[in-house]
Amino acid sequence: MNNDKLIIGGHEFDSRFILGSGKFSLELMNAVVEHAKVEMITVALRRTNIGGENNILDYIPEGITLIPNTSGARDHKEAVRIARLAREMGCGDFIKLEVIADSKYLLPNNSETVKATEILANEGFIVMPYMYPDLYTARDLVSAGASAVMPLGAPIGTNKGLLTRDFISMIIDEIDLPIIVDAGIGKPSQACEAMEMGASAVMANTAIATSNDVNMMASAFAKAIQSGREAYLAGPGRVLNKQAEASSPLTGFLED
Amino acid sequence: MDNSKMNIMEYLPNMEILDSSIMNEVMSAYDEYDYNSYTASDVIKALSHERISIADYAALLSPAAAPFLEQMAKRAKVETNEHFGNTVGVYTPLYIANFCENHCVYCGFNCKNKIHRTALTLAEVDNELKTIASDGYKEILILTGESRARSSLEYVGESLRIARKYFSTVGIEIYPVNSDEYEYFHDCGADYVSVYQETYNKTTYSEQHLSGSKRVFPYRFDSQERALKGGMRGVCFGALLGLDDFRKDAFAVGMQATLIQRKYPHAEISFSTPRMRPCVGYEDNNAKDVHETQLLQVMLAYRILMPFAGINISTRENAKFRAGVVGLCATKISAGSQVGVGGHDGDSKSENQFELADESTLEEVDAMLRKKGMQPIFTDSSYL
Repeated sequence: MNNDKLIIGGHEFDSRFILGSGKFSLELMNAVVEHAKVEMITVALRRTNIGGENNILDYIPEGITLIPNTSGARDHKEAVRIARLAREMGCGDFIKLEVIADSKYLLPNNSETVKATEILANEGFIVMPYMYPDLYTARDLVSAGASAVMPLGAPIGTNKGLLTRDFISMIIDEIDLPIIVDAGIGKPSQACEAMEMGASAVMANTAIATSNDVNMMASAFAKAIQSGREAYLAGPGRVLNKQAEASSPLTGFLED
Repeated sequence: MDNSKMNIMEYLPNMEILDSSIMNEVMSAYDEYDYNSYTASDVIKALSHERISIADYAALLSPAAAPFLEQMAKRAKVETNEHFGNTVGVYTPLYIANFCENHCVYCGFNCKNKIHRTALTLAEVDNELKTIASDGYKEILILTGESRARSSLEYVGESLRIARKYFSTVGIEIYPVNSDEYEYFHDCGADYVSVYQETYNKTTYSEQHLSGSKRVFPYRFDSQERALKGGMRGVCFGALLGLDDFRKDAFAVGMQATLIQRKYPHAEISFSTPRMRPCVGYEDNNAKDVHETQLLQVMLAYRILMPFAGINISTRENAKFRAGVVGLCATKISAGSQVGVGGHDGDSKSENQFELADESTLEEVDAMLRKKGMQPIFTDSSYL
């Protein structure tokens, strides 16, 4: 397992759990990171408040890779602007790209996301786009220079799990980039299932932030994700086929 | 043309060279494929997977899978049903010329064989196609021998324009061309291209293709990719099973089709499964070790690897086998085939390329399909 690295934009990670940061108290950050054993945390640039009160960046532990996100961007131009600001602030080259112009369902706009990905990848960003799991868009994101593809499992914040299971599965099969299931994962078992399917990582936030014990839930997710990964690598055993035997064989016409 | 001394990997002048990694990927996997290394448990595991990997496919083609033919057939039937229901496409081929510049040891049309060479005039092409269309066919496969000099691009193009008048679906099985030339054929009315690599064993390829442009292995290999770049809707793959080790060749065919589909997701993929048949100058050929059982194993493996792909069954096989595989794995069947030049108007103008095992007419094929509860489909695409 030591050689099983998650590689995004040339950077290696051991943890396959990415934590969102927007929904729990800043002072809990350290303990949650420790329990979740994460190496990557996303942070909404709009939450940063350098030199001011409650600046989220002040609460990110040492050694954690910070992934600024473009939360709040309504089109590709706004997303590009936020990404450039993040880089100027010293947040590095990673960018979690989110383009959402629907405040009711918060679904990502795939076509605007592709446009922003192309611009940002050309500027040297390591682009991790959040998307609605559509295979064509996934292919367009590859062509546009994305470093990962982040399909949603269910509408963000709903904790409904892998509603888009079959579509994510297609993307895992067809796309050679890391596929990170982002949004909608509500329980460790769902995170585990995504990993068993072959997802490269899982991102969660609400599921942990809204549990009664944030630290314990963070730890449960870490174990589930690791467990699912190992099951995927091991390859599942056979499910016994109990269907009835056909009365006449299908190959009875052979003559040699 | 005497290029018999040339290395088969060297291109001839004017052959387009693609910047594609697919051939290298296929050939290195082909070199490494050791079908004796698979066991029954690999086969059982492969059949239990919802999505079939190349490793699973390799197991399904191995001798270890032979005892599991019936299980493979069950899986294949479910997949075929899911993707095609009870429909089977029906088409017929028309050879418009048999001039050939290649010396392929196994082929009745090869340039060293002293047979009558001819090409239909465009008026004869029109007459043949009109006759075929009046039988009810909507899909036609236009074939030539492989001579660009004697069956020119323009000759083929004009024949395709005539075919467009009578048929909704036009395919070509002719000499490979560059992508801009495929684009020309597409503009003339062709949507589908069949090119068979025959064998992926370079030594055998070199020994079996002694001279002619077909001797150039990589140019033939990249034909499907050039056809797709030229705007074709679908491409067909195949090896001449029995020419060399059929398991390795079938492995390479499936891998090549998989990589093409991945790179060109819009492409319609299909397979043909010719095996060696007796023909002029090659009477001693005993189909090597590809009996019906092995042929079926290959067809089932293709189906399980790519449940959505078309699989053609030609009249090289007998009526019983053809009836057995339609709906099980094959999805397209030829009928009323003539494998000499012309002949659909009752006047064949040459020897046959190979011997037919099923001379069923369209009516007989139609009746066979309906008796099996299958639905014959005459048109399944529109030229756009």
